[in-house]
Amino acid sequence: MTGPARSAPGTARTIRVGALTRVEGEGALHVELRDGVPEVVELNIYEPPRFFEAFLRGRAYTEPPDLTARICGICPVAYQVSACNAIESLCGVNLDPDLMALRRLLYCGEWIHSHALHIYMLHAPDFLGAPDIITVAREHRREVERGLALKKAGNRLMELVGGRSIHPINVRVGGFYSVPSRADMALMAEQLRAALDDALATVSWVAGFDFPDLRVDHEMLALTGERYAIEDGAIARSAGPGFGVDRFSEHVRETQVPHSTALHATLDGRPHLTGPLARYTLNHHQLSPLAREAARAAGLGTECRNPFRSIIVRAVEVVYAVEEALRILDEYQPPRRPFVDLEPRAGVGHGVSEAPRGLLYHRYEIDSDGLVTGATIVPPTSQNQAAIEGDLGKVVLAGAGLDDGELTSLCERAIRNYDPCISCATHFLTLTVRRR
Amino acid sequence: MPSLAVWKFASCDGCQLTLLDCEDELLTLAEQVQIAVFAEASSAMVGGPYDVSLVEGSITTPTDEHRIREIREQSGTLVAIGACATAGGIQALRNFADVAEFTSVVYARPDYISTLATSTPPSAHVPVDYELRGCPIDRGQLLDTLAALLVGRKPRLPSATVCTECKRSGVSCVTVTEGIACLGPVTHAGCGALCPRHHRGCYGCFGPAATPNMGAMIPLLRRDGMSGGDVDRAFATFNVADFHADRGAP
Repeated sequence: MTGPARSAPGTARTIRVGALTRVEGEGALHVELRDGVPEVVELNIYEPPRFFEAFLRGRAYTEPPDLTARICGICPVAYQVSACNAIESLCGVNLDPDLMALRRLLYCGEWIHSHALHIYMLHAPDFLGAPDIITVAREHRREVERGLALKKAGNRLMELVGGRSIHPINVRVGGFYSVPSRADMALMAEQLRAALDDALATVSWVAGFDFPDLRVDHEMLALTGERYAIEDGAIARSAGPGFGVDRFSEHVRETQVPHSTALHATLDGRPHLTGPLARYTLNHHQLSPLAREAARAAGLGTECRNPFRSIIVRAVEVVYAVEEALRILDEYQPPRRPFVDLEPRAGVGHGVSEAPRGLLYHRYEIDSDGLVTGATIVPPTSQNQAAIEGDLGKVVLAGAGLDDGELTSLCERAIRNYDPCISCATHFLTLTVRRR
Repeated sequence: MPSLAVWKFASCDGCQLTLLDCEDELLTLAEQVQIAVFAEASSAMVGGPYDVSLVEGSITTPTDEHRIREIREQSGTLVAIGACATAGGIQALRNFADVAEFTSVVYARPDYISTLATSTPPSAHVPVDYELRGCPIDRGQLLDTLAALLVGRKPRLPSATVCTECKRSGVSCVTVTEGIACLGPVTHAGCGALCPRHHRGCYGCFGPAATPNMGAMIPLLRRDGMSGGDVDRAFATFNVADFHADRGAP
């Protein structure tokens, strides 16, 4: 990475950063300023395309969970679950309640792991003025060890239910290949009880960080259900009634822009927000009493619209995910059967779930032979790109007095607030700021 | 202190994440090596040369063809990690299709997209010292490889099949006992027979073993209920290019 070039304010100047770091994937940022006012703000994603939606055609209806998991190594369960939901709904099959609970348990593991990764390894260094977690550990060893322990607990949970944490092997359309024993689940519960203390301590820790002021007014989109939505739910929005999952693509439209290999999505033509802020704002009343109390003590109200504070929301969601996992583990009886048999039928299926980064939509068209003839995947980072660019505009405008180095760093932080998953969206970042 | 660099090409980030998933070893490792480049984990980047480079992902753009050569020049030992970096990954399905048609399916404006017609592993462009198989790689194998390179011994990288891993660890054969179609007899070891332990047939995510007997494998898969199309699809996943080479003409 080359350092930012300094030049006097008011004259033409360029800032260049080789690659955006501590994000998942490859991209760049292009900002042009005239007299301190941003004229162009583009999130430039150059992650090479891998053409999932093209090669899914011709695959068997049983394959999307394993294939689409490979879109993202950090949130493979989200891909597996949205794919399963889409295909199961197309085949007219409902999972047994105990299999749904097991699927939610696996997903809790992914939330714990992915959120702990982002909170401690990718995001916290921004608030502590450090380049990475290794540097943070020099002064905050205890906190870093706590974060690693928390992340590990999430991974162990994924390994127990999914077989492995990256690209789990135990998930299939209709359920699982095998189910864990009660004894293994009891051991897991012991490990997670310690993680609950770590999760609560994490909320208090991040609540003490300094947060820049920023308010995002975009509409919010999240799933909602009988419990705080994770593995499935109905689509809800902050302004007005929600819509059926089968009408997702009528409301959320993807368009292509020249500066990105990721498609941009909008909600009824306007930028929107999905992810922790949207989930918290729409569903916070469904959090457990302990998670709600932790949120209150951390200063969160009934909504959170400052993306810099998303780190607190993630920490609160970790508390919830640990408690939720403990609830499922404590109630666990091995399911009667590991999976529900299903026969393919021709038609179109839609599936959604709440990836750690937000709402993940899958749509499959399947023919009478059980082969996929069309696939559409709308990941959360595609949906959040317009909001990220909006935030960058505000941050650049408010920070016009900062020197290039400080402004660059603030821009990178504004992007990391969203925990963007660029491999997912290509479906981040060299930064160029041109001031005129 | 020896330096370590982690590089990404076309991939899902899962294999480099494996390094961050070494929760118990990460801080110790950071005391033994200088993590000079690791964009997913650190904003600090140190210039080359590097003692060891871990390379994730496949080469799919003209820019990346150039970048892998630069990385090779800067690296003492280059280790390719994961199926994308050893076989081209799932995105190598384009090698057997029309990439222009693929682009038009995903993008409304294909002319904005710069991509090669093929997805190839780093070894197709530069000499590679070691390859860690898997989609994703195995965490234990990654740690062993780093430890080996630190002390100057050769990494222990198995070349046997998943079948042998079942036998060694006493896992009942899912094909013999349950009639489940399994790619274990032709798949490279390294996962610890993960799928058979879960009553699932191996699905080949570590790619072909050194000398896979495809001629014997395919009739077994057909016997165990796979159609011709199922067999073709089973080999056309994360290591499609390697399995394709072993099967000869499709």
